[in-house]
Amino acid sequence: MGGVRYFRCGAVFAAVTASAAPAHSPLSPTNIFAPVSTPAQSIFDLSLFVLTVTASIFLVVFSLLAYAVVKFRRRSSDDRREPAQVYGSTQVELAWTVIPVLIVVVLFLATARVIASIQNVEQPATALNVTVIGHQYWWEYRYPSQKVVTANELHIPVSDPAHPIPTVLTLLSADTDHSFWVPRLGGKTDLIPNHPNSMWMDPHETGLYLGQCAQYCGTQHAKMLLRVYVDSREDFNRWIQEQQQPAHSAEQVSEGQRIFEQTACVSCHTVAGTPANGTNGPDLTHLMSRQTIAAGAASNTLENLMAWISNPAVIKPGCKMPSMGLSAPQAAAVAAYLETLR
Amino acid sequence: MTTESIAWPRSAVESRPLVQRLHEWVITVDHKRLGILYIVYALLFLMIGGVEATIMRIQLIRPHNDFVSPQVFNRMFTMHGTTMIFFVAMPVLFGFANYLIPLMIGARDMAFPRLNAFSFWMTAFGGLLLYFSFVGGDGLYGAGSAPDVGWFAYAPLTSQTFSPGHSTDFWILSLLVSGFGSIGTAINIIATVLCMRCRGMTLGKMPLLPWLNLVMAGLVIMAVSPLTAAQLMLLVDRYLGGHFFDTQAGGSAVIWMHFFWVFGHPEVYVLVIPAFAFASEIIPVFSRKAIFGYPVMVAATICIGFIGMSVWAHHMFTVGMSSAANTFFVLSTMAIAVPTGIKIFNWLATMWGGQIDFKAPMLFCVAFLFQFLIAGLTGIMLGSAPFNWQLGNSYFVIAHFHYVIVGGILFTLFGAFYYWFPKMSGRMYSEPLGKLHFWLFLVGFHLTFDFMHIPGILGMPRRIYTYEPGRGWDVWNLIVTVGVFFQAAGVLVFVGNLIWSSFRGELAGNDPWDAWTLEWSTPSPPPPYNFAAIPEVKSRRPLWDLKHPEDPDWQYE
Repeated sequence: MGGVRYFRCGAVFAAVTASAAPAHSPLSPTNIFAPVSTPAQSIFDLSLFVLTVTASIFLVVFSLLAYAVVKFRRRSSDDRREPAQVYGSTQVELAWTVIPVLIVVVLFLATARVIASIQNVEQPATALNVTVIGHQYWWEYRYPSQKVVTANELHIPVSDPAHPIPTVLTLLSADTDHSFWVPRLGGKTDLIPNHPNSMWMDPHETGLYLGQCAQYCGTQHAKMLLRVYVDSREDFNRWIQEQQQPAHSAEQVSEGQRIFEQTACVSCHTVAGTPANGTNGPDLTHLMSRQTIAAGAASNTLENLMAWISNPAVIKPGCKMPSMGLSAPQAAAVAAYLETLR
Repeated sequence: MTTESIAWPRSAVESRPLVQRLHEWVITVDHKRLGILYIVYALLFLMIGGVEATIMRIQLIRPHNDFVSPQVFNRMFTMHGTTMIFFVAMPVLFGFANYLIPLMIGARDMAFPRLNAFSFWMTAFGGLLLYFSFVGGDGLYGAGSAPDVGWFAYAPLTSQTFSPGHSTDFWILSLLVSGFGSIGTAINIIATVLCMRCRGMTLGKMPLLPWLNLVMAGLVIMAVSPLTAAQLMLLVDRYLGGHFFDTQAGGSAVIWMHFFWVFGHPEVYVLVIPAFAFASEIIPVFSRKAIFGYPVMVAATICIGFIGMSVWAHHMFTVGMSSAANTFFVLSTMAIAVPTGIKIFNWLATMWGGQIDFKAPMLFCVAFLFQFLIAGLTGIMLGSAPFNWQLGNSYFVIAHFHYVIVGGILFTLFGAFYYWFPKMSGRMYSEPLGKLHFWLFLVGFHLTFDFMHIPGILGMPRRIYTYEPGRGWDVWNLIVTVGVFFQAAGVLVFVGNLIWSSFRGELAGNDPWDAWTLEWSTPSPPPPYNFAAIPEVKSRRPLWDLKHPEDPDWQYE
C-alpha cells in the first residue's frame, strides 16, 4: 500500500478501527481499508467519501436529538400545564426533504461512477485469465492458456501500473453458491452454478493475501479459506513452469503410490502422468508446492498429511473427503508418496 | 364518547373451571385475546431464538472454539434467523395490531374475527412444525436434525442433492403454513382499517398506528405471496421433479434469490413500519405534544411502502448483476433514506418544545431514535454497491440489520409493551424494573452490536462456525459475546416484570398516561365489546378534545 496514503486514512479511521496501524502491519491481513489493487482502492476511496458524508449527518442529527432530549425533559419545576401544541410546518418539512434529496443525489452519482469504473473496464491483452471453480469447501484454479491446474492456493503476477498485467478471474461453481473474497485485492463476487461471473484485480505489491468463502455453502463453509500469492513476474513465470511439469516420477513405484492408486483416492484426485485422474477433489500433481492442505485449514506438514489421510473429519468435520480406513503404516506410506509430489 | 360499561354477570367470569377458561382461549375469536395469544407465543419464541443466538456467540467467543460442532452451529443460525423473523417479529407485531387497531378506531372487533383466529393458529402451527424438525427432521431413525440451509436458504443448497432428509422440508412447510396465516392477517387489517372506523374518523383523522399498519398489511400481501409461491416451487423441485432452482438440470439459483429478496426486503419494512407506529403513538404522549407533521408522516410511510418494493436486489450486489442493474438498485436504496429521514425529523420536532417524561416506554423510544439513525447510516454505506462488495455478507451486515431489528424494532416493541401493558392487563408494571431492563438491555445491545461492525470491516464473513487466529477478530468477538449476557439479563427482568405485574401490579385505571387515543377511553382491560356505545370523533386526538374543551384539536386540523 502507499505508506503515506494509508497512514493518513488510518488516522482518519482511528475511531472505526480502534488505532492507526503502521504502514506495513495492517490491523488484520483481511482489512478492507488496506487496499493493494485498483478495484479495492476505488472502493476504499468511495467508502471514505460515504463515511465522511454519513458521519456528518450523524453528528448533526445526533446533536439535535441529544439537545432535544436534554433541553425539553420534564423538570420538577414544571407546572402541570400542557406545552404549546404545534401541528406541523410546511417550510420545515420542505427543508428536511430537499436537503436529504440533494445528499442522496451526490452519494448516488459518486457511487455510480465507481460501479462503472470497476465493472465496465476493457482489460488489456496482457491480462492473465484464471478460472476459479468453487467446490464444497475447496477452490480449483485453472490457467487455460498456461495449461496449469492447481487448488486452494492462487498464484498471480504483480501488476506494475506502467506495464499492467491484471488478473481476470472467471468464477464458476461445481455445486452450491460460494463467494470469492480477498478484501485487500477487491470486493467479493459470488460463484453460482449455471451463472458464470467474473472479477479482476491488479495487485501492486507482492505478498500473500488472505480471504475466505463469503457465501454460505454448507457444513464446512468456515474452513474454505483463500490464499492468493502475488509473485514478482520472474517468480510467477518460474511457478508456472514448475506447475506445467508432470508429476515427479520415482525410479520405482513406491508402496504409498500403490496404495494411493488402488484405493478410491484416484477417483477424486489427479496426479498428472499417473493413473490418478479424478476431478472431484484437488489436483495433487504438485501438492508439495503448496503451503497448506484442506483449503487452508492446516499447514502442509507430514503430520497433518497423515492425520488428514487417516481421518479428514479430524481437521474438517463434514468435509467431502471420506476416511479410507487405512492403517497407520498405510497412511504414512501414502503421505510419504504425496511428499514426493513436488 | 362514553366510558360507561355494561354490567357483566360476575358468576360468568370467575366461577368457571380452569379447563373451561383455557378452552375459551383456544376457541376465541376476540381480537384482544388473539392479540395476546400472538404476543405470548412470540415471547416464547423470543426466548428460544435468544438461546440459539447465545449458543452461537459462545462458540465464537474465541478462534477455533469447539463448544458446538459445525453442523449444530449451522442449524443454530438457520433456526435463529427463521425463528426471529417469522415466529417472533411478525407474530408480535400482528399481535399488537390485532389488539390495538379496533380499539384505536372505535370498533368492536376486527372485520373478520374467524379469519383472525384461523390466521393465528396457522402461524402457531408453522412455528411448531419448524421446531418439530429437531425431533423429526431425519425421519424415524436418528436423533433428528433442524434445517441448516440458512434463513434465506439459497438454491441449490436446498435441493435433494445437497440437503437430503427432511429438515429442509420442515423449513419449507413451516414458512408455507405461516405465510398463509400472515396473508390472512394482512387482509383482515386492511378490511378493518378501511371499513370499521367509528363515526367521524375519516382516514385523515385516524391515529398513525392504524395508518402505518394499513401500509404494513399491504406490504405483507405483496411480499409474502411471492415467498409462499417460491416455497411451493421448491417443494415441486424436491419431490415432483421440477427444475426451477435445480442448477444441475438448467435451473436458476439466481431466480430463488430474486424470489426470496422480493419478499425479504419489503419484510424489513413490514417489521419496521409497525415499530414506527409505536414510536408515533408513544413519543407524542410522553412529550405532551401532538405528532408533528401528521400528513407528512402518513405520506412518508406510503412512500417507504412503494420504494421498499423496488430495492430488493441490493441484497444481491455480489451475485454479478450488470452495472446498470447495480446502479438502479443503488438509486432506489438511497432514495428510501429520504422518507425515513423525514420520519426521524418529525419525531424530533414532536419532542421539540415538549415536556419529555422519561418513563420506560419513552426511554425505549428515545434509544430507538438514536439507534435507528445509526442503522440508517450504515444502510447507506451498504447501499453503495461497491462498498457493499466489501461489506456484504460480512459481520458488518449482521451488525447493521441487528441495529435495525433489535436497536429499532425490538426497542420500540419493549416501549410498546410497557405503554399498553396497563391497558391489556389492567395493572401497572414496575417502573424501577422497567428502567433496570432498559439500562441492562441498552448496555448489552451496544456491547454486542456496536463492536460487531469491526470484524466485518476486518474481513470476517457471516455464518462461519469458527475462525482463524491472527485475523484481528478475536477481541471484538469476545466483547460481542459479553454483551449477549447483558441483553439476556435485561430480557429476564422484562419477562419477570410482566409476570409479576400481571398479578401484583397496581390497578392502572382507564387512562394511566393521560393519553389521547380511543383505547384509553375504555376500561383496562377492555370488556369483550370494547365500547359500550360506539364513539364519535372530531379530531385525531378525541381524548384531548374531551380533556381540553376550551382548546380542541378539531379547530386546527
